[in-house]
Order: sequence, then C-alpha cells, then structure tokens
Amino acid sequence: MKALTWHGKHDVRIDNVDDPEIVNPRDAIIKVTATAICGSDLHLYDGYIPTMQSGDILGHEFMGEVVETGSSSTLKKGQKVVVPFTIACGSCYHCGKHQYSGCENGNPADNQDIARALYGHPMSALFGYSHMTGGYAGGQAEYVRVPFSDTGPIVIPDGVEDEKVLFLSDILPTGWMAAENAQIEPGDIVAVWGCGPVGLFAVQSAFLMGAERVIAIDHFPHRLELARKFGAETINYEQTDTYDALMQMTGGIGPDAVIDSVGLEAHGLFVDNAIDQIKASTFLGTDRIHAIRQAIIAVRKGGRVSMPAVYGGFVDKFPLGAVMQKGLTLKTGQTHVQHYLPGLLDAIMEGKIDTTFLISHRLPLEQAPEGYRMFHDKQNEVTKIVLKPGQ
Amino acid sequence: MSDIADRPFDDAPVTTAKDQGAAVRIATHETIEDRGHSLTACATTIRRPAAELYAWWRDFSNLAGIMENVERIEVIDTTRSHWVVKAPGGATVEWDAVVTEEEEGRLIAWASAEGADVANSGRVTFDDAGARGTVVTATILYDPPAGVIGKLVAKLFQREPAIQARRDLARFKQLMETGEVATNAMTRKQREEQGA
Repeated sequence: MKALTWHGKHDVRIDNVDDPEIVNPRDAIIKVTATAICGSDLHLYDGYIPTMQSGDILGHEFMGEVVETGSSSTLKKGQKVVVPFTIACGSCYHCGKHQYSGCENGNPADNQDIARALYGHPMSALFGYSHMTGGYAGGQAEYVRVPFSDTGPIVIPDGVEDEKVLFLSDILPTGWMAAENAQIEPGDIVAVWGCGPVGLFAVQSAFLMGAERVIAIDHFPHRLELARKFGAETINYEQTDTYDALMQMTGGIGPDAVIDSVGLEAHGLFVDNAIDQIKASTFLGTDRIHAIRQAIIAVRKGGRVSMPAVYGGFVDKFPLGAVMQKGLTLKTGQTHVQHYLPGLLDAIMEGKIDTTFLISHRLPLEQAPEGYRMFHDKQNEVTKIVLKPGQ
Repeated sequence: MSDIADRPFDDAPVTTAKDQGAAVRIATHETIEDRGHSLTACATTIRRPAAELYAWWRDFSNLAGIMENVERIEVIDTTRSHWVVKAPGGATVEWDAVVTEEEEGRLIAWASAEGADVANSGRVTFDDAGARGTVVTATILYDPPAGVIGKLVAKLFQREPAIQARRDLARFKQLMETGEVATNAMTRKQREEQGA
C-alpha cells in the first residue's frame, strides 16, 4: 500500500509498504477514506520529536471503512469508523476511570522506558507519533491496523460525509476537553490563547458550556477572523498588549478561565528537554512558555487554567507563585478521546458544532508531502489539510 | 534484624531502601533465599482476581509468553522447572528453579538450584486490592554475571533483570487485562521478528 513516511527533518515521502494485517485478536484493519495533517505532525516534520525512526508512517487523525476484523473485535466489515488518536485498551485502571489517555496497556512494554524516566510513568500509545508513544503506524496511509478496535473507534451512521466527523479523531474532543477543563460556569468570560483548530473548537465548546464571552488571542488575521465568526472577541497580540487588553475588556477582574492552546512553540521544549534529561542535565530556554505564563498572569484570582497545549519537558520561570497566591486551578492532559466521542458525534449531528469550516485544503494522499510543505510554510491560509487516500 | 531498627517509622518496602546491602540482608533473612546481592522489585496493579493471576503464573510454561528474554521454560515436576534465558551477545544462560514456598492464590517463591549459570531467587505476590484488582509484586535477587561490568553490558542489551522484570510485568498486565500483549507490529511476520 501507499503511505506517508518520515525519513528525517523536512523529509516525508510516499512509500510503498506492506499492507497491515490482523496481528492481535482485538485488531481491525481500516481502509482509510480521510485523514488530516495535524499541527503536531509539523513537529515530527521539523524533526523536534525524539524516538522517530526512518520509515515511520505518520498520521493520527483518520477515519475509514472496516475491511478486516480480528476474532475479538466488535466491529463489522463495511462499517464506517472514526479512530481516536489515543490507543486505549478499555480494561485498565485508567480506562476504568475514563482517563483513556492514561491507558497503561496500549504502549508495548519495550517502549515504556523513556517516558517512565522522563515523567515517572509510561505514556499511553498514540498512532503515528514516535516510538516513545508506542511506535504504531499512523493513518496517513491506505490501510491501518487499529488495535483494541472494540474500544476506540466510533461507528458513524450511514450517509454522513467524512469531513463532518473526521475531527472526532483528535482536535474536536481536544478542544472540548480544553473547555471542560476550564470548568466553565454560566456567565464566565473565557480567554483562549491560540486560534488553531484546537483553540477554535475550544471557542465553540466554551460557548456551548455557557460562557458569556470568549476572547481569542492569536496573530494570524485569518484565524482571528474564524474565531470571530464563532462569536469570540479577538486580540492580535502582535499589535496589542494582551495583558492590558484583557484587563480592560474584563473590567480589571481578568478572565474567569483561560485556555492555552498554543503548544506549537512549546513543542520545541520537548526535544531539548528529552535530550537534556538523557544527559542528566536540566536546563531549558525560558522564552517558549510565553502563552501559559501570560495566561496565568491574566486569569482572575480563583480562576481556572486549562492547558490542552502540548508540553514535553521542564520550564524555567514558571509563575508558580501566581498559581498559589491567586488560588488557581490548573488542569491539562492528553485528550481522553474515547470518553467524548458519543456526545460529540451527537453534537455534530444536531448541528451544534461546526467542523467543516476548518478545512482549507483537500489533497490526494500522493500529494501529502506537498501538503506538509504548505502547512509548514503558510499557517495563515492553511488551517487544515485533509488527505483522501484512493482518490 | 538491627536493619529494621535503622529505618524507624518507615513503612516503605525494604527493596526500596537506599542502603541496598541492608535491603539484601533483610530480604534474605525474611522472605527470599540467598542467591546474590542485586535486589530488584516492582509492582503493578492488574484488574483481575488474584486467584486467576496466580493460577496463570503458577503454570510456569506460560511465562515464556510474557518474558521476552526467556527462550523456553521446561516444567520438570510440580516444584522444579528448567529455564533457558537469553543473555547479552546472543548467548544463553540456564538454570533449574525450585519453588521454595507457595500459598495458593497469594504467593510463589523460588530459588535457583545448584549449578545455575546465573544464581537467582525471588518471590511473586498477588495481593487483593479491592476495586483496583490485584497488586502483583515481583522481587528478584540475583548474582549479576561477571559482576558490575556484566550488569552494565546487560543493561546495554536491555537484558538487565530490573528492566526485564518491569517489562515482563507490563506484558503480564496487558495479557491479563486485555487478552493480548500489545504490539506495534503491522504484520504477523514483523511481530515474529520483534519477538526474536
């Protein structure tokens, strides 16, 4: 089959590789009909993420048709499914608490050591995202082997177009969980840093959860325009002092809850830090957690800080004093995708959440390398690229 | 037993003591046959009943399926089994293991018989943890081959017993909780190669 494979910094290719097979009883094989390039794929593209190997198949946002099932899979051939980017077993302590991204069993035992050294615990497995998170082949391919297929994938009703539901795989539940972690109460003013896909879904989610006002912060005019379409007020931090603006816009109180969905810059920390950790030295640049630092300073006393943005390592000058003195609550984490799927599918079907607005480009799988280049170089115009294998 | 008096008001498992010499003395005095001076232990919680986990483990021929470095285990009789284990550099080491203590559904202790390539002893306990399932704790005492350098070499080849024990328990948990051992292999052939 054809698959988008990683070979090094800014080197992704379409390769012919072996078709995946059923390996374990709970597996299913999915014929991919739509898959997206995620902002976090760019960090692989930029060579920031350690434990990548040449030939790794990328892609963690994908959906498709079930073409083969293992003896313990509950899926049926011909079903259309969206697959969560987090691989969860459904049976361990964390899955029992619906904390699926804490799943203890999806990550092969040999891949658990690095994260244990870095974080104290192994991470759950993800599709197409380095060997530290499992080394599973991703979905930017014609076919994917999906482990624990009875727990992860959600079956999509007949006749629903792919583009409407594709983002259930990652960014929609991630934006939703970001808003949930902000513990929004009716009447709240919520500030969102970063108007990428996650931030834009967080804006929509915050309103659905009862926020009275949402203030969205970015520097790409097109992304601010999209945030405004969903009813957010906007701040362009390149031309405005964000803290001063937030204080005036909230009458000096500050936002009740803040959401940091920037993350992209923060990803750079990951490598520096992983390497530093391996070298047993721990220091990092101090300028890359700008968004979360600013959010903590701006949020009101007793406010909530939600951090869907990905961080990998240690930080300097983290305003811990502000967290304590202002009595803040900080919630974060990789998304428990499986937990949110049924509710969010309903929300899409009922028209409460708009998903397709995000898609700026559609390409056949063969043009995926070009897609990576575009996404990397033109973040204002390119909001989301959907790849369609077999077209 | 003066070692215990040296750790007043400390309920931590003795295997986690910073004074490893003391830990080995206490462990070999209380619970484990004396077969070396490198002590390692790890614990995992498995959401299955203790009786079920014990029964699976007690059939030692099962263990090769979760222990990556074990080439094969031959069950000789109810207490004796022969172990063939991969060592660094493509070699194998062998020993006979003898069950020295067992309590149905609760614990299995063993020690290597005389003539072992790598002397070792230990115990696996299965403690009921209520709604959490069962806490499985493996404690292993061993004599690292060729001393400290042997341990370093083994670590390089990822065959160091402490690392292996943790991974083996992780695979045991996967199999018991999910019915399968997680793998990122895309094909059955790839999986076989990974197991090699």
